Amino acid sequence: MVKVFIYPATSLILSDMVARFGHTPLSSATAIRERIQTAGLESAPLQITPDEPKKGLKWAAVEVPAGVRGRMSLYGPMIGECEAAIIINDADLAFGCMGCARTNELIKFLIHQKEIPKLELYYPKNEEEGVKFVAAIKRFLTELGASK
Amino acid sequence: MTEYAPTHVGTVTKYVVVESFDVTPADLALHAYEISQGAMIKETCFGIVINGKEEEVDRIIAELRKIDPDHIFVKDRGFPPGDARRCRANLGGARPGYNGMEHEMTIIPYISHGLEELKNHDENSIPAPENPMEHKALDIYKLKKLIDAQES
Repeated sequence: MVKVFIYPATSLILSDMVARFGHTPLSSATAIRERIQTAGLESAPLQITPDEPKKGLKWAAVEVPAGVRGRMSLYGPMIGECEAAIIINDADLAFGCMGCARTNELIKFLIHQKEIPKLELYYPKNEEEGVKFVAAIKRFLTELGASK
Repeated sequence: MTEYAPTHVGTVTKYVVVESFDVTPADLALHAYEISQGAMIKETCFGIVINGKEEEVDRIIAELRKIDPDHIFVKDRGFPPGDARRCRANLGGARPGYNGMEHEMTIIPYISHGLEELKNHDENSIPAPENPMEHKALDIYKLKKLIDAQES
């Protein structure tokens, strides 16, 4: 079982595909759950405390906005931990404020820097592309399983 | 600042999303209630949300998947069901994060079709999809065709 980072990290399709073909998806829900279930000071809604931008300094410099560093404290450890990654490019749902946009760029950059198996895709736009999309993911994840 | 005392510690929450002509969220919820041993199950418009110990949640999901494996999709959730910080009932409007799921719900029929097709075909016999890392230059003949189309 390989830990696979998925991007967009909230993707239902990728999360399901990775788990369906026998691996562990690393998604934002698991990072949020960790914070939601840890006692401390109340910091609604996501329990992101002022400590998170400090932790984010590991992945982004001090002059980078706190929003990016705070987000990186969620995604950074997962990028460090992952053994493979599946990235969907130009995902319509992966938009947001500049904090999200810059974090997304940094996440992709860090994954591309890391020497791990990666699969780059677009969302399918019709049934034919859907077959190719699922086949590519299955092939990628089966090869990962075989190499372990 | 007030102290934060978490609830549902040590549990996991998962979404079970159904996009099927044969199975409704109510069918899934009913079946989940039948086989559940202490897990919290909430029916929603797109499927169900299950909260409980990881082994128990995984067991229920494995059983539910058997009903319609190509049309049932599962994803982790950070918050427990009905959490006031996320629940639509408290906030009004769509739950934060629902928009992403709503977008993917439009793509799920293609994924389901892909999963059905892969039952009959070997994945290695299917060509690879378009690679986003390949920056294709615009073909000169295609450019000429576009210019001609504009001029005519």
